[in-house]
Amino acid sequence: MNTLILRTVAPSLTALMLLFSVFVLLRGHNEPGGGFIGGLIAASALAIYGIAFGVPSVRRAIRFHPMAIAGFGLLLATLSGALSIVFGVPFMTGLWVYPVIFDVELPLSTVMSFDIGVYLVVVGAITSIALALEQEPGSDVEEKD
Amino acid sequence: MAANAPALTFFALFLPFVASVLAPFLTRLMGDRAALVLALAPALAFAHFCTFLPEIAAGEVVTGGYAWAPSFNLSFSWFLDGLSLTFALLITGIGTLIVLYSGGYMKGHEGQGHFMAFILAFMGAMLGLVVSDSFLMLFVYWELTSITSFLLIGFDHEREAARRAALQALVVTGGGGLCLLAGLVFLWNITGVTQLSLLVHLGDGLRQSPFYLATLLLVLAGAFTKSAQFPFHFWLPNAMEAPTPVSAYLHSATMVKAGVYLLMRLNPVMGDTPAWVILLPFFGGITLIAGTFLAVRQTDLKLMLAYTTMASLGLLVMLTGFGSAHAVEAAVLYLVAHSLFKGALFMVAGTVDHEAGTRDVTKLGGLRAAMPITFGAALLAALSMGGLPLFFGFLAKEEIYAALAAGNPRAVFFTGLAVIGNALMFAVAFAVALKPFLGPHVETPKHAHEGPVTLWLGPVVLSVLGLAAALFSGVAHRYISSPMASAITDQKIAVDISSVPHLGVPLLLSVITVLLGMLAFWRLTDLRAFMVRALESLGPGPDRGFDLFVSDLVRLSGAVTRLVQPGRLEIYITATFILLAVTLLVPPFLFGELPAMPAWPEDLLVQEAAFFAIAVIGLIAVLRAKDRLTAIVSLGIQGFAVAVIFLLFGAPDLSFTQFMVETLSVVILALVMTRLRLTPRDHRPLGQSLFDGMVAVACGLGFTLLLLKSTEAPFDTLLTDFFNTYSKTVAHSANVVNVIIVDFRGTDTLGEIAVVMVTGLAVLALIRVRAGRRAGSGEGR
Repeated sequence: MNTLILRTVAPSLTALMLLFSVFVLLRGHNEPGGGFIGGLIAASALAIYGIAFGVPSVRRAIRFHPMAIAGFGLLLATLSGALSIVFGVPFMTGLWVYPVIFDVELPLSTVMSFDIGVYLVVVGAITSIALALEQEPGSDVEEKD
Repeated sequence: MAANAPALTFFALFLPFVASVLAPFLTRLMGDRAALVLALAPALAFAHFCTFLPEIAAGEVVTGGYAWAPSFNLSFSWFLDGLSLTFALLITGIGTLIVLYSGGYMKGHEGQGHFMAFILAFMGAMLGLVVSDSFLMLFVYWELTSITSFLLIGFDHEREAARRAALQALVVTGGGGLCLLAGLVFLWNITGVTQLSLLVHLGDGLRQSPFYLATLLLVLAGAFTKSAQFPFHFWLPNAMEAPTPVSAYLHSATMVKAGVYLLMRLNPVMGDTPAWVILLPFFGGITLIAGTFLAVRQTDLKLMLAYTTMASLGLLVMLTGFGSAHAVEAAVLYLVAHSLFKGALFMVAGTVDHEAGTRDVTKLGGLRAAMPITFGAALLAALSMGGLPLFFGFLAKEEIYAALAAGNPRAVFFTGLAVIGNALMFAVAFAVALKPFLGPHVETPKHAHEGPVTLWLGPVVLSVLGLAAALFSGVAHRYISSPMASAITDQKIAVDISSVPHLGVPLLLSVITVLLGMLAFWRLTDLRAFMVRALESLGPGPDRGFDLFVSDLVRLSGAVTRLVQPGRLEIYITATFILLAVTLLVPPFLFGELPAMPAWPEDLLVQEAAFFAIAVIGLIAVLRAKDRLTAIVSLGIQGFAVAVIFLLFGAPDLSFTQFMVETLSVVILALVMTRLRLTPRDHRPLGQSLFDGMVAVACGLGFTLLLLKSTEAPFDTLLTDFFNTYSKTVAHSANVVNVIIVDFRGTDTLGEIAVVMVTGLAVLALIRVRAGRRAGSGEGR
């Protein structure tokens, strides 16, 4: 599938889809969307990039091993839940702060960081499966790059 | 008693475990001298339990503990009365000497740290077992003693015999432990109490229960396996593979008495029934006789002692089964006496082995000059074991005969057993204590000389105690024997036998025993030859049976595994879906719960109908696809159509997710296809296609029926209302679905993403295994 059309379109498509995935993730608070679906969109974006340019390019592009991204996501989600221990409220209680940046009140919460954790787990786990499968059988150079 | 006594007792119970954790580090730091420090743990616990003596002797009981899981009515609680206190003192007291002894015995062994850790852990487990009040705690400690015993028997794990013996002991005692658990559950269900301190005063309720016999048999299975009663006795002699301190401590003085402890503990509520007074003396009697006969055959010091231990346990079970006040007194006296003299003799055997290099009694002789202190201790212990006057063993034996000797035939029979058993034990005792030390000097593998103080301190203290307890029998009875006997019978008993012989039937029987014993000792070599011949003619024993049982079990589980795990994905998937179809279809037909025929929707919109049609077309395309790739893409068509239908019916979140999942599954399936390099199309015969089709249709029909049925019920808006009301006010969010996922049910999601992560890892590992295999075969080419 190494066609000229795909290779021309792929970078912009991937970038757009990644941007869109973050949009969906953040939008999920009030509109349809959320970490899970956002993660799936990001994973498909990376899959397209991989189909166009090969697995090593994807691995270079995302810098970290996808499983490490998933692990970080799980840690972030757990910590978001565990933060409530510090405040003496039950595990997974949503905590909110409202910092004002440039005169705009920005509501931030552990619920959001939890959702980001979900997003990262989904991206990481699915991408690592997809990349491992996409890799040319026999060319086991996963860790070399 | 001080106000913080419960905390101190709690600490005393955990002290051995603490010492166990420290043992490897201390041993690395201080070598064998670490034992001196480690012995402080049991010594302190011993001192602590001694403070309870006056209170217990006054007839009180001490209970205490902490709530553990109050909602389940579970507590970490202890119960000290005459019975458990005596055991606790034996465990900590002998334990202190054993730890010191181990320091000398294992000196220079590279595994000494581990050994100390294991033996201290065992001590903690055993101590917990005897003071436990709640059933669950008793069971946990019971199993802990089995596990630590396993570790100790298999300590020398490079020898196959040690590994086998360890496994055998674990299987037998662990299996018995499971029976005990079932028995305890029965006890709890019948009586409604979970604490021994309440159970022992319940009276007759348990005996009249229809489940009494089942409970008794389960409890006996636990007690008999632990206390090596016939026919479960075979693990005990094999356990002599363990280093000698272990044999002295676990397999004579303490752990094997756990079964006897349990029977004594349950005597007030379960004893004195026909089943009890028949089963216990019967099995105890057989064990007594079998143990002594087998002991006479042996030439290995430790094995001789092991079989007499088995015999003694049989005697204790027999006496407990008789249940009369005299029998219980006899059991109490004998139990204490046995722990003292047998612990001492085992340590003597270990010292002889350690110093002379062999423990074969026919290769030893004339050591008395080289090892005078050890010889003295051995002699004192043997006098007690032989039951000669002035020793605690004598008191025990007098009491045994006083309890058994009565006019009826049953009593005569058991008296006969006891006399023969005691006489043979007398012979073995002196064979162990005299043969290695007296007679002409025999050249031994090592040049023997007296061991260090740690090696002879234990035997000396224990054997002297055996003498002192008899000389000051008043004190011993007041603090130990009487409270313990009272606890076992749940009534006030004062033991008053002293070491001054009085004329009567018991003394006459004692004299007969001693004469028979001396005769047996004199003709021991002939007797041994006779026993060897007799046992050979009997054929293989239960030890061989255990091997057969284990190998058959392994074969059976292999066959079962091969049957249910054939290793072909096709079979697994077919089985899964058939089961699914059966569970979905059978109940509605069986219970007449079929849904009503749905009416054709009047307001079906054109676009809705169109997407239904696309889904159906996708399905047909899957079925008619010429190759796999087409089939996968067609499956995607069907999936997208369903996603649009979700969208049309007002579930945008679900629809989005469905879109993405469909996209990714098509991508991933296509990737799998290219990677696996399967044939583009699989050929299957018509018959298989039909069968698979039937399974698929059945599953689909089942799901349809289930969904139709569940939508028939009126929709309960409770949850909808809740989330609509609170998602904005509590979670500050307008998207109810997302609020449920990340806030209200966030913990569920946390679990789910953990599963996603683990699945990713597993898939990765599977792909790498395949890749690795391919790379491996590639190199071969």
